[in-house]
Amino acid sequence: MSDYHPDQIPQKKPFSLQLDVSKFEPATAAEKEQHDIMRESTTFFKDGMRRLFKNPLAVLSIVILVLLIITIVVAPMVVPYGYSEVIRVNGQRDRSVTNLRPFTYSQLEQQAIDEGQQVFPHIFGTDELGRDYFIRVVFGARVSLAVGFFASMIVLVIGLLYGSISGYVGGKTDIAMMRIVDVIYSLPDTLMVIMLSVVLDQVLGDSLKGTILASIGNNMLSLFVVFGVLYWVGMARLVRGQILSIKNNEYVLAARALGAGAGRIIRKHILPNCMSVIFISAALQIPSAIFTESFLSFIGLGVQAPMPSLGSLANLARGGMQVYPYKMLFPALGICLIVLSFNLLGDGLRDAFDPKLRR
Amino acid sequence: MSQPLLQVKNLHTMFPTESGEVRAVNGINFSLERGKVLGIVGESGSGKSVTAYSILRILDNPGRITQGEILFEETDITKLPRNQMRQIRGSKISIIFQDPMTSLNPVYTVGNQLMEAIRLHTSRNRQQAQERALEMLELVGVNEPKKRLKQYPYQLSGGMRQRVMIAMALACEPDILIADEPTTALDVTIQAQILELMQELKNKLGMAIIMITHDLGVIAEMCDEIIVMYAGRVCERGTADEIFYNPRHEYTKGLLRSIPKMTTTKERLTPIGGSPVDLLNMPKGCAFAARCDRAMKICLTEQPEEIEINPDHRAACWVNVKEGALAQGGQNNG
Repeated sequence: MSDYHPDQIPQKKPFSLQLDVSKFEPATAAEKEQHDIMRESTTFFKDGMRRLFKNPLAVLSIVILVLLIITIVVAPMVVPYGYSEVIRVNGQRDRSVTNLRPFTYSQLEQQAIDEGQQVFPHIFGTDELGRDYFIRVVFGARVSLAVGFFASMIVLVIGLLYGSISGYVGGKTDIAMMRIVDVIYSLPDTLMVIMLSVVLDQVLGDSLKGTILASIGNNMLSLFVVFGVLYWVGMARLVRGQILSIKNNEYVLAARALGAGAGRIIRKHILPNCMSVIFISAALQIPSAIFTESFLSFIGLGVQAPMPSLGSLANLARGGMQVYPYKMLFPALGICLIVLSFNLLGDGLRDAFDPKLRR
Repeated sequence: MSQPLLQVKNLHTMFPTESGEVRAVNGINFSLERGKVLGIVGESGSGKSVTAYSILRILDNPGRITQGEILFEETDITKLPRNQMRQIRGSKISIIFQDPMTSLNPVYTVGNQLMEAIRLHTSRNRQQAQERALEMLELVGVNEPKKRLKQYPYQLSGGMRQRVMIAMALACEPDILIADEPTTALDVTIQAQILELMQELKNKLGMAIIMITHDLGVIAEMCDEIIVMYAGRVCERGTADEIFYNPRHEYTKGLLRSIPKMTTTKERLTPIGGSPVDLLNMPKGCAFAARCDRAMKICLTEQPEEIEINPDHRAACWVNVKEGALAQGGQNNG
């Protein structure tokens, strides 16, 4: 062992079990740096979106909704017919234009085509008054989506305000406010919706004429009021529960100790922590509002006559269902697609953003 | 001598509950001078934290101060309107909490929260607030402060978060820092670092500290004056030396007996028997009487007053009165 040098690495013989000493050399600075990789910091939002886009059902429903929205925005610009317009050919009324099948033309239209004129096809056919059915379904979907969106916005705003005041103030205020919620919650909602929309229609009457609200129409407005009055209670309860659980966190106490006021604490410290839950439940509110609107329109309490909605279209189609089944099919399919994709999207959002479901 | 910075006079705090009034603090007196450290010790439920929360008036509903005064720079802050109280919180009196894991809001970055604390009380704009936040992080010894500013609380370790909490509490240069068990949730090496840091910052910034803990070791190291609390009352107060080497209240003696010592190995520790007093039904006499080995008849019927043992030391225990009387009697006889 006279030729042993502690600093020198001995040669490794082939097939020997001797350890490869070169692996035990001190690491260089560059090598160390390679191991010092930190996970890129992501925000809660980015993280949730990443998870949302991994969910195939949610992605599918996003695609369907985007297509639907593009259709209802673009179609009225492309299709030359109005939703309440009876089709005329060269200014002439045509008797045979009623109840056409999809992609067929009336006699006058056929003549016009033969003469070399362009006639836009009736994609879904026409209804019994000779109006283009496609554009009516598109406008119906517009109404339904608008109702769903605005109704859930109303619910969100009222529920958020009411729930956060009730939850944060607590004590007797909380008890009183929650009893009011209980009373409203215990009313049979379908009955209330029907009664309110009848009464509101009477009460509003002509008072809206000349205002911006007139363009929305009485029935639409009363629908919003109905949603605003009845459906915020669930949201208020949810928000209150969230706030009650979050306000006991130490960071809320810390914020108070730093001199932050109640409004600031609710806005900056409590709500951001439960926003995901609240938004998801608002997203799930949209299909339920659409459903209620369709149902009300179906029984004739929804939007006013020439204005179509998916529900009222389905109701009208009921009469000739055996002769023209496709007339029932299109609006019904529309309702199904919208409601289903919002539901799936809501579920996907919940899975992606709800911290309690995180793995 | 100048007026003390903070004076707590006969403070009573209680929580009305369905089963009765929980009297958490029952007549506490103390005063704190600039640049001094006051330690408050006592077991769980002795009213230490409630005292701190009362000073800042951040008691949880439905707790409230029922009696007494808290004079801060000679104004009674128990009677200040809410918005003025808010001005004091954070800028004049700050607090750091026990658990750094939950005291930072998980949805904001560290920098965001520090800047919020700064901008609540000063007119600094975003840019200046960020600079100040960076400065504070450096001051409390956070490494790579620039990077930390952009990180979320979950990316930091416990010790790091506690440093951030301290930075937040100190951002507006308060006159008083209340440390509510600042080291309980940390491991021993970090504990030592944090205590050292607080000591250092106290000397640098000249603030007063109220140190609340049940760790007697922490108190011994840092405090100019110590208050031992039991059932919302002061049992004994004095300098660290007096409390540790000459305890005169049976409760303090019990506490000291229950600390393991490095020198003795095979000796059993003597815990204090029984359980803390039920704050719903406070006894008429000394609250500790039921657990006290040397309880006398008078202990059960009358509350002891604080008695001066020497200028640096006061204790509220009848045993002292008896011994004092005996000693006096002895003197008279002899």
